[in-house]
Amino acid sequence: MIKVYSSSVIEAPADAVWAQVRDFNGLPKWTPFVAESRIEGNLPADKVGCVRNFRLKDGGVIREQLLTLSDYDYECSYSILESPMGVENYVATLKLTPVTDGNRTFAEWWAEFDCAPEKERELAQGIGQGVFQAAFDSLKGLLRK
Amino acid sequence: MIRVTRSAVIDAPIGRVWEVLRDFNSHSAWHPAVGESNIERNEPADQVGCVRNFFLKDGNHIREQLLALSDRDHVSTYCILDATLPMKNYVATVQLKRVTDGDRTFWHWQSTFDVPKGREKEFSDLVGNGVYEGGFAGLRSFLRKPGARAAPSGATIQAQAVVATAFGGPEVLRYQAVQSASPGPGEVRLRQTAIGVNYIDVYVRKGLYRMIEPPAAIGMEAAGVVMDVGDGVGHLLPGDRVAYACPPPGAYATVRTMSADQLVVLPEHVDDETAAAVMLKGMTAEYLLHRTYRVRPGQAVLVHAAAGGVGLFLCQWAKALGAKVIGTVSSEDKARLARANGCEFPIVTRDYRFAREVKNLTNGRGADVIYDGLGREAAAENLEALAVTGHWACYGQASGPQDALPDLGAKSGTLSRPVLFHYTAQRPMLEEIARNTFEALRNGTLRVDIRHRFPLAAAAEAHRELEARRTTGSVILLP
Repeated sequence: MIKVYSSSVIEAPADAVWAQVRDFNGLPKWTPFVAESRIEGNLPADKVGCVRNFRLKDGGVIREQLLTLSDYDYECSYSILESPMGVENYVATLKLTPVTDGNRTFAEWWAEFDCAPEKERELAQGIGQGVFQAAFDSLKGLLRK
Repeated sequence: MIRVTRSAVIDAPIGRVWEVLRDFNSHSAWHPAVGESNIERNEPADQVGCVRNFFLKDGNHIREQLLALSDRDHVSTYCILDATLPMKNYVATVQLKRVTDGDRTFWHWQSTFDVPKGREKEFSDLVGNGVYEGGFAGLRSFLRKPGARAAPSGATIQAQAVVATAFGGPEVLRYQAVQSASPGPGEVRLRQTAIGVNYIDVYVRKGLYRMIEPPAAIGMEAAGVVMDVGDGVGHLLPGDRVAYACPPPGAYATVRTMSADQLVVLPEHVDDETAAAVMLKGMTAEYLLHRTYRVRPGQAVLVHAAAGGVGLFLCQWAKALGAKVIGTVSSEDKARLARANGCEFPIVTRDYRFAREVKNLTNGRGADVIYDGLGREAAAENLEALAVTGHWACYGQASGPQDALPDLGAKSGTLSRPVLFHYTAQRPMLEEIARNTFEALRNGTLRVDIRHRFPLAAAAEAHRELEARRTTGSVILLP
């Protein structure tokens, strides 16, 4: 089991950051790598159990299922159902915590998954930096405006 | 019930912030509102249950008790026992989290408590602003203070280690203060919790294996908790429980900074002491029985030092593989122990005479495989005890190095001189060997019996016992 953990500080109140990230169908709006997304079966994007089906800008298609959505804890977790990444048992959580000192947001994003041993390093780097940190950076840019 | 929450980002790595905050008595050094403070009864400041007895600079007097401390989660929880302030049921939790973006620290400080009616706002401001926000500012300036601690990028921690001051007997080992540098690229820093003692440590101390230049710390095996992580380490996080068995020497230490390559994360069912006892010796048994030679059911296996650290694991595992396990031991007590661990036929010998007995036990055939940690003294007997086309795995040399190649042609025998660290040099193989070893612990094939625990400072005594053949099973050191 591989664990990847990324965290950052976003210069905006937690409510504002949460408003941006709680939309499970909203990846194209705030991440730099998703081209388009839809929720399967026409379900609401905040119905726990719904599946987002999205296409990356590099062409890969990923299906992810919403496992947890907490407006109380600012927390969202999901699993990968299908992806070209070569991961199994992938579960990720995105969580926000207010930083009272400066009214900012501490954002954490972590994932656990299994994969072939020779792909561990590349995937850990790709997910931790290429996905989570890249999305944090994009979020910082959006919320600064 | 009032709940107060404050949080802040501190511009320093989590290991450095935690190093200060985990010390329950450090607040008098960094908190601007705290005056004199002592831990009652001289207990260590990281002992759960200890009580800090302190004055605020405004004259108030408070006693607080440490309720929980986790180096894994970076959490400290404490309560007020008595105070000259009218606060009741006060329980507070400090939690740190790593901000990977910039290697900073998120600090969350929360409490719940009761105060007299009408004074809620007064006290929630006092705690939130005076104590918590004042504390954030105080710690920030404490960490910036030159000299008090090293700069954030190079936070060096004072640690203790057992150092070989020269090559020689156990008396060359000294327990002394050392510096543990903050981890560089590819490295992590561990707070070590249990350390394995192995015969190789004796060879290193004597200079028989030239793996150190004295003065230098020795030791090859330990378990611990990751404190902080250098750049480019993908598989570990602060707080992970890990263990290792690898060169270079240096495991006899309270805190160690080392390459992350050889660390494996411990599954929940393997506790730290078990890990320190099993990483080197259990993984050695794994590769000797499955990789150097693949033991099959019904084969005769001869295990020397069958009641020793590796010996017991070899007996347990070979028995589980269906082998006929013959062992040599130096006393009746050790014979009983070996028998209880799967060695069906322990031979008691103090002068390395066993070949005749082995032949008797195998209808004259000899052993299909010999696991030999003895070396020179037993060479002739081993050749005699070996079956035709048998394999002789010489993985140690307790009685001195074996110089001449034995006459293997007499038996079409094969000889190997295997070393664990070659088998585990590549990460996929290391993980496979570790996984199989942990699984053998889980399913009961391997049973760890730690009979000898020494304080780290008494490492020399542990070596004396080991060399005098007075130990059985695993020996560990506790920092």
